[in-house]
Amino acid sequence: MQTEIKFAGFGGQGILLSAKLLAYAAMKQDFFVAWVPSYGPEMRGGTAYCTVVISDKKIGSPIIKNPSHLVAMNRPSLEKFANDVKPGGVIFINSSLIPTRSERDDITELVVPVNDIAIKAGSIRAANIVALSAFAAKAKIVDLQLLKNCVKDEFAAKAKIIPLNMKAFDEGVNIANNS
Amino acid sequence: MGKAFSTPKSMSDNYTHYCPGCTHGIAHRLVAEVIDELGIRGRTVGIAPVGCAVLAYNYLNCDFQEAAHGRAPAMATGMKRVRPDLIVFTYQGDGDLASIGMGEIIHAANRGEKFTTIFINNAIYGMTGGQMAPTTMPGQRATTAPLGRDTAQTGMPIRMANLLGELVTPGYVTRQALLNPKQINKAKKAIKKAFEYQVEGKCFSFVELISTCPTNWGLTPLDALKWAEDTLLPYYELGDYKVPE
Amino acid sequence: MAKVLMKGNEAIGEAAIRAGCKNYFAYPITPQSEVAEYLAKRMPEVDGVFLQGESEVAVGYMIFGAAACGERVMTTSSSPGVSLMSEAISYIAAAQCPAVFVNIMRGGPGLGGILPSQGDYFQATKGGGHGDYHLLVLAPDGVQEAVEMTMKAFGLAEKYRGPVMILGDGLIGQMMEPVEFPDDLNTEPSNKNDWATSGMDTRKSDKRNLVRSLFLDPKELNDNNLALKAKYEQMKKEEVLYEGYNTDTDYKVLIVSYGTMSRVCKTSIDMMKQEGIDVGLLRPKSLFPFPEKAVFKAATKESCKSVISIEMSMGQMVEDVERCVKGQRKVDFYGECGGDIPTPEKIIEIIKALL
Repeated sequence: MQTEIKFAGFGGQGILLSAKLLAYAAMKQDFFVAWVPSYGPEMRGGTAYCTVVISDKKIGSPIIKNPSHLVAMNRPSLEKFANDVKPGGVIFINSSLIPTRSERDDITELVVPVNDIAIKAGSIRAANIVALSAFAAKAKIVDLQLLKNCVKDEFAAKAKIIPLNMKAFDEGVNIANNS
Repeated sequence: MGKAFSTPKSMSDNYTHYCPGCTHGIAHRLVAEVIDELGIRGRTVGIAPVGCAVLAYNYLNCDFQEAAHGRAPAMATGMKRVRPDLIVFTYQGDGDLASIGMGEIIHAANRGEKFTTIFINNAIYGMTGGQMAPTTMPGQRATTAPLGRDTAQTGMPIRMANLLGELVTPGYVTRQALLNPKQINKAKKAIKKAFEYQVEGKCFSFVELISTCPTNWGLTPLDALKWAEDTLLPYYELGDYKVPE
Repeated sequence: MAKVLMKGNEAIGEAAIRAGCKNYFAYPITPQSEVAEYLAKRMPEVDGVFLQGESEVAVGYMIFGAAACGERVMTTSSSPGVSLMSEAISYIAAAQCPAVFVNIMRGGPGLGGILPSQGDYFQATKGGGHGDYHLLVLAPDGVQEAVEMTMKAFGLAEKYRGPVMILGDGLIGQMMEPVEFPDDLNTEPSNKNDWATSGMDTRKSDKRNLVRSLFLDPKELNDNNLALKAKYEQMKKEEVLYEGYNTDTDYKVLIVSYGTMSRVCKTSIDMMKQEGIDVGLLRPKSLFPFPEKAVFKAATKESCKSVISIEMSMGQMVEDVERCVKGQRKVDFYGECGGDIPTPEKIIEIIKALL
């Protein structure tokens, strides 16, 4: 069984980190994982994307044309990748920045205003954590408590911002469970 | 009666392949004497250039590496970084150092790499047979400048000691000559100082030596000395261009 | 040791340190700059040497100088940078010094692109610089193997007293995968007193050592080349590495593919297996020495009708495959090298056309 998640957004929205945290949690659950970034000029402020592959056997091709799920943090990402998602998957839409929808009826849409939630939780910088936890709660790929611990570990060197990110994480889970 | 002449331990007994009147032999001997006097032969590694001195290791008796054209300062950097306890010197000519190896020498000097460079400036490519060097004088004939160096086409000769002396990084940069006994004595003092700075771990050190190439200049050894005095020294002024504080 | 999630580039840097390499010289180039960034932090922690050279040309010779002293040393670069280092690599091979080079390939020729490619197969396996020499070339297919091969490379470089290359690509450098650093590899440095210019005092010897590549006497030069050739022959006997995938079946088509490309091929093979089609894969892990006998054997299996080399290039390894198959089977080729890695679906389409 293999699951692929594409994270996409502007450079600077923290999507590489969200993806890494998901991969990290999956690794801790003994899955095979690969974190495959797009790299190049688009890193400098344009659209950045990154794919996480999670599998119960050794991963062959890490290049994924049709991912199981999509986390879209901005409008160009949704427009570019929504049609690639395999039927049955989750398309996560950051409605703070995306007024449109995927217009697909064979997937589950999860619409969350992550920027607004993050600002309410304390800082817009935690928007990627809100997105990560909300998506993870919906897609049920990894253990949420384990994922939360991974977030905490990631910020170990910046203890001051751990409470913010913990709060953001919980808010994300709540909204996913209530939608 | 004491011994009037002996070969430094850091020099082999081989006859050199250098042409009559060439000053490479003098430069080799000065380096060998300094290595002996400082007692550093057992931890010294030389780097030979591409040029007439490519076989320097046949005459200088210590560990030696052979570089590609101009790359000796990069090799010396690698060596000195991984073995700071070794005493490392490069021995390079003007085609090697001032043309193809310009990038390597500038950056090594600017990083303040703690090795010593002996730079033989005889204003011509020697080994390849008298082609124009970056140090060739205006109007000076070379096989690739049969009518003499045309500075409108090729620019003016590069003064390496002046150039390296301009770097802000501390170092020891000096230009000496090998054209008469007095100059040779001064040159030896400069070479010794250069190695001493290295032994102290103080700075990069660079000794440019104005030398002769009678064969490729088409002159007798004596005329070559005179030509160098008259033509090279006014342009390549002797003296220290940088001394460490 | 527990698994850690690391970028290939960073993992290669860490692998070098774990293998006892405390000396690293490099020049930044995408997509491998993370190795230098990682080691800029990490080398000082282990009292090692990190230096950013002024060019790949200079870095090549910094490696030469350090290697000639007998110290373990590595550099990493990407295609255009390796072209510039090729001069030094030729000298290092001729002077018989152990050193490790990593090429995280990007598209070429020229500036090309910065995305993954396998366009440097010829450069890596057939020389690259001037003269009669080879590098021992290992090609990992992921981060774990990149670590293992990098660690192994230092011992191989010393065993053969010559340059060893790890040939990866931008994907392997940029991708994160879980890695475990082996601690059972023999990483003891070899005795270098016979040849290294480490200073006579260091060796407590009166005999000086010379490291050189100029042999003006024709016999001496011929002898040096014969000595190099003898090493390459020994490598062909002792260092061939490859993996067979689905090769215990009655496959009609054999794919030969390495590195990142081979992983895509494995996915294609799994997908075709579900349709009841068996396709075999022979993955060279050492590109020089090339698994000549293994390719011949797999290609000439009775069920096998044709062979295809699939590469992220315009057809380089295929020449070695053809050489090894010796005309016994038809050898086809498929490759892309703009930076997009062919998808498993594309490979299936290509293979089905051969059936």
